[in-house]
Amino acid sequence: MVAELTGATRSAGPRRSLTRRRSATVPGRIGWIVAQAIAMLFVVTTLVFFATQAMPGDVAKVMLGMSATPERVEALRHQLGLDRSLLSQYWHWLSGVLSGDLGTSLASGRPVSQLLGERLVNSATLSLFAVVLILPLSLLIGILAAQFKDSLFDRTFLWSSMVANALADFVVGTLLVALFGTTVFHWFPPVSLIPAEHMPWWHPQALVLPVATLVIGGVMYLSRLIRVSFIDVLNSEYVEMARLKGLGSARILLTHALPNALAPAVPAASLVAAFTVGGVVVVEYLFGYPGIGGLLIDSISNRDLPVIQAVVLVIAAVYYFFNLLADLLHTGKSGERR
Amino acid sequence: MSAIEVRGLTIALRDGSPIVKDATFDLEPGQVLGVVGESGSGKSTMSLAMLGYARHGARITAGQVLIDGTDVLALGPRALRRHRGNVVAYVPQDPATALNPALRIGVQLAEVLEGDAKEVDARIREVLGAVGLPSDDAFLHRRPRELSGGQQQRVALAMAVAPRPRLTVLDEPTTGLDVTTQARVLALVARLCADNQMAAIYVSHDLAVIGEVADRVAVMYGGMIVEAGPTKQVVARPAHPYTRALLAAVPSARERMRLTSIPGRAPGVQDTHPGCVFAPRCAFATDECTTGAPSLIELVPGHSARCLRAEELPERPRQSATAPASAVQEAAPGDTPLLRVRDLAAGYRDRQVLFDVSFDVVEGECLAVVGESGSGKTTMSRSLIGLQERWGGTVELGGTPLAPAAARRDPDQRRSMQYIFQNPYGSLNPRATVGDCVAEPLRHFFALGAKAARARVAELLERVELPGHLASRYPAELSGGQRQRVAIARALGCAPTVLICDEVTSALDVSVQAAIVELLRGLLNDGLGMVFVTHNLAVVRSLADSVIVLSEGHVVEHGGTDTVLTEPRHAYTKALLADTLEVSAAG
Repeated sequence: MVAELTGATRSAGPRRSLTRRRSATVPGRIGWIVAQAIAMLFVVTTLVFFATQAMPGDVAKVMLGMSATPERVEALRHQLGLDRSLLSQYWHWLSGVLSGDLGTSLASGRPVSQLLGERLVNSATLSLFAVVLILPLSLLIGILAAQFKDSLFDRTFLWSSMVANALADFVVGTLLVALFGTTVFHWFPPVSLIPAEHMPWWHPQALVLPVATLVIGGVMYLSRLIRVSFIDVLNSEYVEMARLKGLGSARILLTHALPNALAPAVPAASLVAAFTVGGVVVVEYLFGYPGIGGLLIDSISNRDLPVIQAVVLVIAAVYYFFNLLADLLHTGKSGERR
Repeated sequence: MSAIEVRGLTIALRDGSPIVKDATFDLEPGQVLGVVGESGSGKSTMSLAMLGYARHGARITAGQVLIDGTDVLALGPRALRRHRGNVVAYVPQDPATALNPALRIGVQLAEVLEGDAKEVDARIREVLGAVGLPSDDAFLHRRPRELSGGQQQRVALAMAVAPRPRLTVLDEPTTGLDVTTQARVLALVARLCADNQMAAIYVSHDLAVIGEVADRVAVMYGGMIVEAGPTKQVVARPAHPYTRALLAAVPSARERMRLTSIPGRAPGVQDTHPGCVFAPRCAFATDECTTGAPSLIELVPGHSARCLRAEELPERPRQSATAPASAVQEAAPGDTPLLRVRDLAAGYRDRQVLFDVSFDVVEGECLAVVGESGSGKTTMSRSLIGLQERWGGTVELGGTPLAPAAARRDPDQRRSMQYIFQNPYGSLNPRATVGDCVAEPLRHFFALGAKAARARVAELLERVELPGHLASRYPAELSGGQRQRVAIARALGCAPTVLICDEVTSALDVSVQAAIVELLRGLLNDGLGMVFVTHNLAVVRSLADSVIVLSEGHVVEHGGTDTVLTEPRHAYTKALLADTLEVSAAG
């Protein structure tokens, strides 16, 4: 065995046999990532499709109500194409998606892309505001807590972040509504009513509480990570060296510590962004905010499959994107280190 | 009045236990003071106090550090910050962790300087030139990880001297470097001090290094300066028993000798007894030594020692360093070697780092593999043990060829060859007790039950001269030397025929190194074969029977230890020998 191996090595020449080419080229890697994304979305939609079939009742029954005769239900099912085989229904939907047509809402008869379009702007606005606030706030709180470790500020932060992380988004949201929307102060509307055709930023008041709910959850989680990563960096030898060089605290914190502390925090930040997009569904429902989260919940109760599929597809794609971003930032960093 | 005066410097932990006691010394511009001592002697703590700095958990409680008449310890925060870097500079032990990985070299150099950008830039290029580094823009734009260890240390030196400080503190700056790089850095330090009329404090555990670079030396033990004087005089006529013991522990590349370690263990912070702090380990201690702490006695002007017998000891001859070591083991022609290596070649991704290495190791033989960092010696030992899988050639253990990867070797082959890593701080599982650690291979290879394993662990710990009660301790409670003994005991538990030692003493103090070398010598006498990878030729001379010298992956010299080290033929071996430092009593 060994003799064979060494023989083979010799004949190939030591230089070539002992070295390995880097096989992955940049276009190859991108192609691989896109293929993975498509495969993942395919699996997600397949799962959702068959999961909705397992739900009791269908759209025809929901539309016609309890009193409908079986004949009418059957007629509507035929009209909507629900009496065809599962595979054929699925294929019909999938081929539509592949040609850029998300189909028509079974409940309202409107094109799904149109329904989705309005709601997407609202949800994107909500998530964007939340993420834009989460990142700098987490950084600020994390750095302050690390710099003043074990101070009153740090201990208060650790305690309150533990409580906030333990509570679900809808509990935090409900508390906020009770505090600022209804019982105590009447500063902000407890329900975010945004008429269709209106852009969400025309109603900044309506955005405050949903954004705050998302921000509290994100900041309390992310700033803990940033705090720990800063504490590690502040105990490092290069920060000690910077002190011994006679540098000021601001320079040490911002020039020496920040870039190193951010390295582990950046992938975590994109994961938090992904969670925030996922968290939108709950928060939108809580505040009656007209976004894709509300759309998803309505379509599930209507058994409106094309809409369910489209919303899930969007959320999964966004989630995948941010996870991918986290991976790329992480491997990018470790690759650099090597 | 001296330019730098340190008076009664005392540093204590938060709970009040002192870690540096009443340190007093003077230093003139251009002079280098060597501070020598084992780990935990307080030498780093004392030298950091020159910058008015104490590490987390410690506090400077008393004393003065006067530099040109200004007391560094009395400065306010703002003045102290200006003082650091500009008046007193610091060179760290490990520049790989002390240079900021995220910042370019140019940025890290520029931030210690004040003034307009053009002057700063000119000064940076000047100091880089002075430490023998390129000073072009491409170099300034590099990040620390793009430099070699020697280059990183030069950058750290350049950073220290750039603002023209009055005093530079160098904290073991060459400990991680190989001899060649060390020699260059030491010469550089001496030249920088002389050229800039800069005083330096050079901290090291190695008297050979101190002897090379320092004008004066302060020997520290248990937080106290126990002897101080001109380097030549302290080395030639040591007055404190601890200094004598340290000198006896330093190996020589010129002659094979038995190394003498210091019995016992350095005192911990909590250990307090009324007498001399060294008395429990001292060969010369009398009853008097255990009752009253001796004060510093001046023997001749400038040379003093903290010992009751300081006046009589220098007259005694130094412990005979040339006590006969084991005889050199020669291979008899008919023997089947334990380990037979032919045409070993190995490489990584796109680079071959080892070319056609061949050697034999017979029973009881220690083969030393010598070379600088990057010469391929670690790749070689990792290929032998099967951790590096991409190699060609033949390796036979007891006549049977080995598969490249450890995973594809049979259990008996894996058991027969054992490996000891350089860093005992990383090679022991921090969550397993010493006993569990040593017992693991016993259970794995011999399926010993708990009771039998415990008995065997006790035997093994005794073999490596560790007290049996350490079996229940965790690695964190052990000193570096004790951890390395545990690693050796764990390897011995497998009953190996060949032991591969990868720089096993280079992370240890010289006095601890002596003890480990003597332990390994005992194992060789028991018939073990050993591949001893090192860059330290002095250890090679003390221990090895034969040597191969690696340079850039090629064997440039191969022969008996005495032949190779006494009459080196290859220029590379000659250069390595020339860079190896000696504690010369004649010096």
